[in-house]
Amino acid sequence: MRRTAPVLALNAALAFLALLTVAPILWMVSASLMASGEAASLPLRLLPAAAPSLEHYRVLFARLDFARALGNSLFLAVAITGVSLLANSMAGYAFAKLRFRGRDRLFALLVATLIVPPQVTVLPLFLELRVLGLVNTFTGVIVAGIATVFGIFLVRQFALGIPDDLLDAARIDGASELRIYWTIVLPLLRPILLTLGVFTFLAAWNDFMWPLIVLTDESKYTLPVAVANLSGEHVQDTELMMAAAVVTVAPALLLFLALQRYYVRGILMGGVKG
Amino acid sequence: MTAVPAAARRERSEARAAWGFLAPALAAIGLFFAIPLAGALLLSLTDFDIYAVADLGNARFVGLRNYLRLVADPLFWTVLRNTLVFVVLGVPLTLIAALGGALMVHSSLARLPGLYRTVFFAPVVTTLVAVAVVWRYLYHPRFGLINHGLGLVGIGPIDWLGEPGWAMVAITLLAVWRTFGYGLVIFVVGLETVPESLYEAASLDGAGRWQKLRDITLPQLKPTALFVAVLVTVQVFQIFAEPYVMTRGGPLHATTSITLLMYEQGFRWWNMGQAAAIAFVLFALILVTTGLQVALRRWGSGR
Repeated sequence: MRRTAPVLALNAALAFLALLTVAPILWMVSASLMASGEAASLPLRLLPAAAPSLEHYRVLFARLDFARALGNSLFLAVAITGVSLLANSMAGYAFAKLRFRGRDRLFALLVATLIVPPQVTVLPLFLELRVLGLVNTFTGVIVAGIATVFGIFLVRQFALGIPDDLLDAARIDGASELRIYWTIVLPLLRPILLTLGVFTFLAAWNDFMWPLIVLTDESKYTLPVAVANLSGEHVQDTELMMAAAVVTVAPALLLFLALQRYYVRGILMGGVKG
Repeated sequence: MTAVPAAARRERSEARAAWGFLAPALAAIGLFFAIPLAGALLLSLTDFDIYAVADLGNARFVGLRNYLRLVADPLFWTVLRNTLVFVVLGVPLTLIAALGGALMVHSSLARLPGLYRTVFFAPVVTTLVAVAVVWRYLYHPRFGLINHGLGLVGIGPIDWLGEPGWAMVAITLLAVWRTFGYGLVIFVVGLETVPESLYEAASLDGAGRWQKLRDITLPQLKPTALFVAVLVTVQVFQIFAEPYVMTRGGPLHATTSITLLMYEQGFRWWNMGQAAAIAFVLFALILVTTGLQVALRRWGSGR
């Protein structure tokens, strides 16, 4: 009796705020299932009046070639994540556990570059890609996505925890550095690789400005660019646009829900230290 | 005596291997970050435009002219003001939402804290362009849910995206919605690190819940708050997709941000030298603001 009032109040407030937070996403899904014109009419409806209709998804995939944009997004996100993980895990491990001259100074220099906002390098990088003939290519987009220090930072922080004795013992046994990395270090790095992988995949999936700038062929558009493009022509078709938004947001959201433990850990690791 | 050469050999091979391990990442960073970074500064000092895109020889060195032109351009000051409004509005709102949410989620009275944390964080991982499209419909003066909800409490319909002032608020609200979960998660961790003993000692002294909040929790959270403030500020300064999708920077550049201006100059009008200068101005702004925030904190704790 004494404590129930505050408990109720707090949880009611939390529930209300959670509802507010998630409302746009819920409406997006609901509107995508409404009949044409239903979402932009009065009286306002929260749910489809009739049975949910997949008509707009059909239009997206059959007539508007959205499947291709989905495939492009998937391909690019996977490619960027794969290349990124490989390069960053090796570099992060090297900074953490391998001894060489200038190691800490070089690392400090790399960390310092984190302060440069991406806007500064966007234009000259675009020009550079032009010179290299990589404009309007997937390679161009991938290349822009892998040059980050954040991943190296994360892996290094984590790899610092690997016991030196383990590695030294393997060295004394005559194992090469590559072999040590492949058979001992990599399995130990799995948690952070999952974290970095989720991070990188979501960042690549959600990236808008870079694919917008590099890709000029409509057939190469990723989902964010395709959605922006679609909104130009089909702005009146609310339900269709919501379906497009769902297709774009759902995979990322689902991936996050499945692996949120790793994603949140990545933020905290990257943040608390930085 | 014979152990030393062997150790030295191992050291050398380890160093060699290290560079091999570093090579891919360093190559990518060197090629696609360092070179553009150097090029950016150079670019901002030239009149690189559409003609130079065709033939490099058309670009001329013009010194600080791009920067001077910016200072003299009223559009630049409008855009600067817009961006500062986004920051001044958006950062405190985000902080309050994040801290408030964290305090509630972390409270011992809360049920299902993990679920709430997930829900509050979800907007952060949504694709910005897609949700901006959704929010554009939510802001519709007649058919949008937001005006509908406001109507239920007696507030008249607002032309969210049509009126310059309201458009700024609209974009800011979207940015806050998408960002506060990030700060919330960090604050929750910060709350978890406050030593329990402090609260126990305060209880013994007879302190109530609100007193503990004011005298223990908030002061202990100051470093975390600074950290979140810096992170959010840097992000809001770079705001781009929200105005691009919702208003295209309109009406009449009333919602154009610095990054959007840079994008327009660089990729619509191909004034790349000018755009590069804008990017550096943004960089300088972010540096100064971050420095100020950190300095304020140092000064605050020095007392």
